[in-house]
Amino acid sequence: MPELLPIKSIKDISTDENLFPGTPACAGCGGLLTLRHCLKVLGEKTIIVNAAGCFTLLSIYPFTPFKNSWLYTAMACAPAGAQGVRDALDILIRKGRLSPEEDLKVVVLTGDGAAYDIGLSSTSGALHRNLDFYYICSDNEAYGNTGFQWSGATPFASKTGTTPAGRINQTGAELSKKNLFEIWRSHNPPYIATTSPAHPVDLVNKFKKAEQYKGPKLFINLSPCPPGWSTDPSHSVRFAKLAVDTGIWALKEAIYGDVKHTVVPGKFKPVEEYLKEQGRFAHLFKPVRQEEIFKKIQEMVDQYWNEVQSRESIKK
Amino acid sequence: MTREMLTGNAAAAWGVRLAEVDYVPAYPITPQTEIIETLAKWISDGVLDAGFVTVDSEHSMITAAGAASATGVRVFTATSSQGLLYGFEMLYSVAGWRVPLVMVNVSRGLSSPITLEPDHNDILAARDSGFLQIHCETCQEVLDSILMAYRLAEDERILLPVLVNMDGFHLSFTREPVEIPEIELVRKFLPAYHSKHAFFKATQPMAQGVAVLGGHAYSYFKYQMHLASIKSLEVYKEVSDEFKEVFGRSYNTIEGYMLDNAEYVLVMTNSFSTLGKEAVKKARVKGIKAGLLRIRLIRPFPDMDIVKALNGKKAVAVLDQNISVGKGGIVYSEIASALYNERENPLLLSFVGGLGGKNINPGEFEFVFDSMIKAVDTGKIPAPQLLYTETEWKEMENLKKIAGKQTTVIKTASV
Repeated sequence: MPELLPIKSIKDISTDENLFPGTPACAGCGGLLTLRHCLKVLGEKTIIVNAAGCFTLLSIYPFTPFKNSWLYTAMACAPAGAQGVRDALDILIRKGRLSPEEDLKVVVLTGDGAAYDIGLSSTSGALHRNLDFYYICSDNEAYGNTGFQWSGATPFASKTGTTPAGRINQTGAELSKKNLFEIWRSHNPPYIATTSPAHPVDLVNKFKKAEQYKGPKLFINLSPCPPGWSTDPSHSVRFAKLAVDTGIWALKEAIYGDVKHTVVPGKFKPVEEYLKEQGRFAHLFKPVRQEEIFKKIQEMVDQYWNEVQSRESIKK
Repeated sequence: MTREMLTGNAAAAWGVRLAEVDYVPAYPITPQTEIIETLAKWISDGVLDAGFVTVDSEHSMITAAGAASATGVRVFTATSSQGLLYGFEMLYSVAGWRVPLVMVNVSRGLSSPITLEPDHNDILAARDSGFLQIHCETCQEVLDSILMAYRLAEDERILLPVLVNMDGFHLSFTREPVEIPEIELVRKFLPAYHSKHAFFKATQPMAQGVAVLGGHAYSYFKYQMHLASIKSLEVYKEVSDEFKEVFGRSYNTIEGYMLDNAEYVLVMTNSFSTLGKEAVKKARVKGIKAGLLRIRLIRPFPDMDIVKALNGKKAVAVLDQNISVGKGGIVYSEIASALYNERENPLLLSFVGGLGGKNINPGEFEFVFDSMIKAVDTGKIPAPQLLYTETEWKEMENLKKIAGKQTTVIKTASV
C-alpha cells in the first residue's frame, strides 16, 4: 500500500476539475462545492449512483456536468443501485469481459432525506454486506429539493416548511437531529467521516485516507443551503465554518469504529453566532429572544464536546 | 435433453441456469422462494457461474437488478405479490432505463386480506410499467419462456425488461414433466450477452437514468418505450419461430384450444386455463361448440391476433382471475378495446373468478357457457358476474358465524 501523504494546504488540492460549472444548482450551494472537491480526489473513473434529491437535477438530458458516469435510481435505493453496479463490474472483470483498467469507483450521492430517512434500509443492507463503495450524503438538514421540509437530519429549533414556528409552536423542529454517523458506525464500516465545504484540506485528506479501505467509505457533509437556510449565497462557506467553530458540526472520522475528531476549534464560539444570521432560526430572535432554546442548543453542543474530550483527551 | 418432473419454480430456475445469467439479486417471498433457493444452491455448488446477493427488500432487489443490467451483465430476479408491489416504483424506473432484465413473478393474491394463493392482480398491476409480460400455463412453458424472454429483452429493437408470470402453488409447486434442453442448443438460440447500449466503463463514461425537463422530452422517451413494445409483437414471432426450429416447441402470443370451429369461446390466462380446457372438452361432449383462447403475451397486448382468433365467434366470455375494484375484470376491458372497432363482433361477457386461488369448478364453467348461449339466444348480455358457488357461500356463512358475525342474505349470481 502506498504511503499516505496528507496535504497541508489548499494549494495542494488538484487543479483537475471533474465537475463543471453551469449546473442548475442554487447559488452558494454548499453541497455542490463539496462535490467538486470530492470528485477532485475520486477522479474520472467513477460512477455516481444518485438518489432523488437536489443533485438529481445535475444531469438533465442531454447534459451532464460530470466527466464520470452517472445513474439516477430513485429516492430510497441508491445503495442498492451501487450494489448492482459494483457486483456487475466485479463479475465482468472476473469473467474477462471487462478489462480491470475499465473498473470504476462506485459512489452513492444522496441528500439527507434519502440518507437519514427513506433510504436507511437500503444503506444498512449495503453496509452490512460490506459493499465496496463511497457514500456522500449532502446534508442540508431538510428536504431541500421540495422546498425545505423537515427531515430526520433537521436540527432542533430549525424552522422548515413542515415545522413552522407559530403562535402555538414557537420552537420550530422539536426533535433533535438523528445521529446518522452513529447509525452507520454501528455497522462497523472501515471508514466514516464528516466533512465541511469550509475545510477542503480536511475533506481531501479524508477521501485520500478512505481510498485505502475496501468496503463502505461514508461521508456526511454539512451543506449550507441558501434558499432553505435563508442565508446570503455568498456566505455559505462562512456558515459552514461557523458550524465547525461553534462545535455544532463536528469534523471527525471513524476507522473501523474508532472515532477521532480531525478539526477541533481552539476556542469554541457561542452557538448563537451560527444561528443568528440564518432565516431558519430567525424565530428564535424575533419577536422575542428565546433564551431557553439558545441554552438548550448550547448545552447539547457542550455535552457533546465534553464527552469527546473525556474520550479523546482533546483540550476544549 | 433430459426429461424431469419439475415444479414451476424449479422449471424457472432451470431456465435461468440454461440462460447462463451472470447475476441474481434476491429477496424471499412465498411462493417464489424455491426459485432463488435453487439458484443459490447451484451457484454455491459451482454449476451456475453467477453472482448472488440477498438484499434488504424487493425495492432494493429490483434496483440492484436493473443497475447491474445497466452495467452490462445478464441478470435475473424473481418475486411475487406484495414483493412486486413493494418494488413497484422500480419497475417503471428499470423499464425506462431500457435494460434487458428478466424477472419471474409468481402470482399471488394481494393483501388485504393477506393470502398466499394466486390471482393476477399483482402482475396486472405492472401492466403499464413497460415490462413485457409472458403468462404461462405449464412448467415447460415457464422454462421455455425465460429463454425467449432474454432473446426479446436483449433484442436491439426492443431493449425492454420482461416479466414471466406463473401462478403460485397451482404451478409454482406442481410437478409436471419438463424437457430440459441441452445447453448447446440453448446457446444456439440465446447467445452470450454483450451489451452495446447499457454499460458502465472508465473509457466511455455515460449518464443513465437522467432527468428530463419538459413534457416534450418525457413524452419522447415514453413513446419510444411504447413503440418498442409494439415492435416486439413482430420480434416475438421471429423469436418463437426460431425457438420452434431449435427446440421443436412452439408458443404463439395466444393459444387457441378447440378454437377453429368454436362458437362459444372462453378467454383465460395462466394455469387455470387447464381447467378451462377441461370444461371445453366437457361442453363439446354436450354438443356445445366450445373453445378456449389463452392470452400468453399480455404486454404488448396482441390485439390483432385476438381479433383474428375471435372473428366470427358467436359469444366470448372473459374469465378474469383478477378484479379491478369498481370496474371488474381487467382482461375483459383489454379484449373489449381490442374488438371494439371491428365491424362484426361476438357478444362479449365478463366473469370474475378464481380470486386468491379459489377453485373454478365444472359447475362454474357450465354456468359461463350457459350464459353465453343464453346471451346469443336472447340478444341480452348480462352484467359482469362474480363467480361463487353455493357450497362456498355456505362455507363462508359458517366462517362468519364462528367470527360472531350476523349472516346476511344478500346474494347475486351463484351456482
